[in-house]
Amino acid sequence: MAALLDVSDVTLRYKTSSAVVTATERVSFSVDRSDRFVLLGPSGCGKSTLLKAVGGYMRPSEGKMRINGREISEPGADRMMIFQEFDQLLPWKTVLENVMFPLLMTRRLPRKDAEARARSYIEKVSLTRVVDAYPHTLSGGMKQRVAIARGMAMEPDILLMDEPFAALDALTRRTCQDELLQLWAETKFTVLFVTHSIAEAIKIGNRILLLSPHPGRVKAEVVDVDKVSAEDGSAARLEKQIHDLLFADAVTAH
Amino acid sequence: MGEARVLLRDAAALDATVPAEVERKLTVLELLWNDGFVRKTVIIIFLAAAWEIYGTFLDNPLLFPTFHDTILTMFDKVRDGTIPLRAWASLKVLFMGYAAGIALAAIFTILAISTRIGTDFLETVTAMFNPLPAIALLPLALIWFGLGNGSLVFVLIHSVLWPVALNTHSGFKSVSNTLRMVGRNYGLRGLPYVARILIPAAFGSILTGLKIGWAFAWRTLIAAELVFGVSSGQGGLGWFIFENRNLLDIPAVFAGLLTVIVIGLIVENLIFRTIERNTVQKWGTQS
Repeated sequence: MAALLDVSDVTLRYKTSSAVVTATERVSFSVDRSDRFVLLGPSGCGKSTLLKAVGGYMRPSEGKMRINGREISEPGADRMMIFQEFDQLLPWKTVLENVMFPLLMTRRLPRKDAEARARSYIEKVSLTRVVDAYPHTLSGGMKQRVAIARGMAMEPDILLMDEPFAALDALTRRTCQDELLQLWAETKFTVLFVTHSIAEAIKIGNRILLLSPHPGRVKAEVVDVDKVSAEDGSAARLEKQIHDLLFADAVTAH
Repeated sequence: MGEARVLLRDAAALDATVPAEVERKLTVLELLWNDGFVRKTVIIIFLAAAWEIYGTFLDNPLLFPTFHDTILTMFDKVRDGTIPLRAWASLKVLFMGYAAGIALAAIFTILAISTRIGTDFLETVTAMFNPLPAIALLPLALIWFGLGNGSLVFVLIHSVLWPVALNTHSGFKSVSNTLRMVGRNYGLRGLPYVARILIPAAFGSILTGLKIGWAFAWRTLIAAELVFGVSSGQGGLGWFIFENRNLLDIPAVFAGLLTVIVIGLIVENLIFRTIERNTVQKWGTQS
């Protein structure tokens, strides 16, 4: 079976005012349906840039990216982005209207069906209580859950999550992670998840791609991550192993 | 190695007999004083009283009529239809100029956000023309368009176009990158992208531009009417003020000025406040 998302030998460069920066160099990976694929690495490894490229916001200078066999050339609703920033919700729309917005804009569903689907996904993230509230009245965690509901309601080929829980407090972050896993168990969506937290990567992912910084290169891929568990200490051992792998260069360099 | 212990404290059961004061109702006076409208009304009453006292003290209706004289004249002129007719004549011209100015500003800003040369063009021309008082163009306008509404509309467009375009453009520029990416994620581009993402996201700035544009237009119009007065037999409020000064009917001059102020207050406090309450304040993008 062909992979859902296929990234092969992708080099990403972007221009700043004074230089051309290479964010990633010859990165390859492939994501299968229902994968929870995590891009993990320290800052500067180009993981967010890579996600934006998959989102269609920038073109690779070398290499190819295909989703469902089609080459990625521009942003599209088959790849729904969920950002770290709380201002990703449209402040002039209520929670319900925010979730309905992409369904209506892409003419996926007529208004009545869009509303029914939006309400069912808002219920999934247990926000029915605030369905008619405006985003500015919600807490950070609630905003991120609305964004997740909005992404999932489109039932895209893949959800692209760019450190969605990084700006949350520790307790809310854990609740949100648990909720995401529960949602995955219900609908088995495919997600490409970017994080710089090893613990989060192990908790969320079933596959982890480790990237090294300056420029971002693939260091290793960890598979069967969902087999480890926090109870018998295997998760902690994996965390240590990944930590050593990521920071090995840094230690020898000093 | 020891174990940590959890000590439960049932505070709720202990204090059940003495309920803590969680909230206290505000008194009627406090509630009234919290209402901005009430506070501003008090200020206006105070100013009117000061006016009345000074007018009585001066006792010279040719220089400074009292508040109640002005109000009585205003009632008379409203009842015999002079002031409403003149105000309507002014407002009609104002709406034409305001609408045309906004339409032009929309075209300019859309050009500015779609191309880089458009941005440069808008920035250059606003920098050139924004500081130029609209009334300074009136002599030229009179030569080009003659005595009449054409000249008025021309200077009005000049007074509305630049502040609206400037504020809208800077509002568009400050729309967060995340929101832009969200809009593009759903395949929005071109005019739907402007209408669905940029305009609502920049609505606070756009509204500020519209308010400044309105204030500029209103004062430009009254001033312009004072300069060249009447066309086609029916002048506006500015001409009403000028006319009554020539007749030395000073209370009527004050009544005219008061009408200009009242219309300004109504537009600012009723129309724009209502729009603000139902948009940027409801969305929490402006307090």
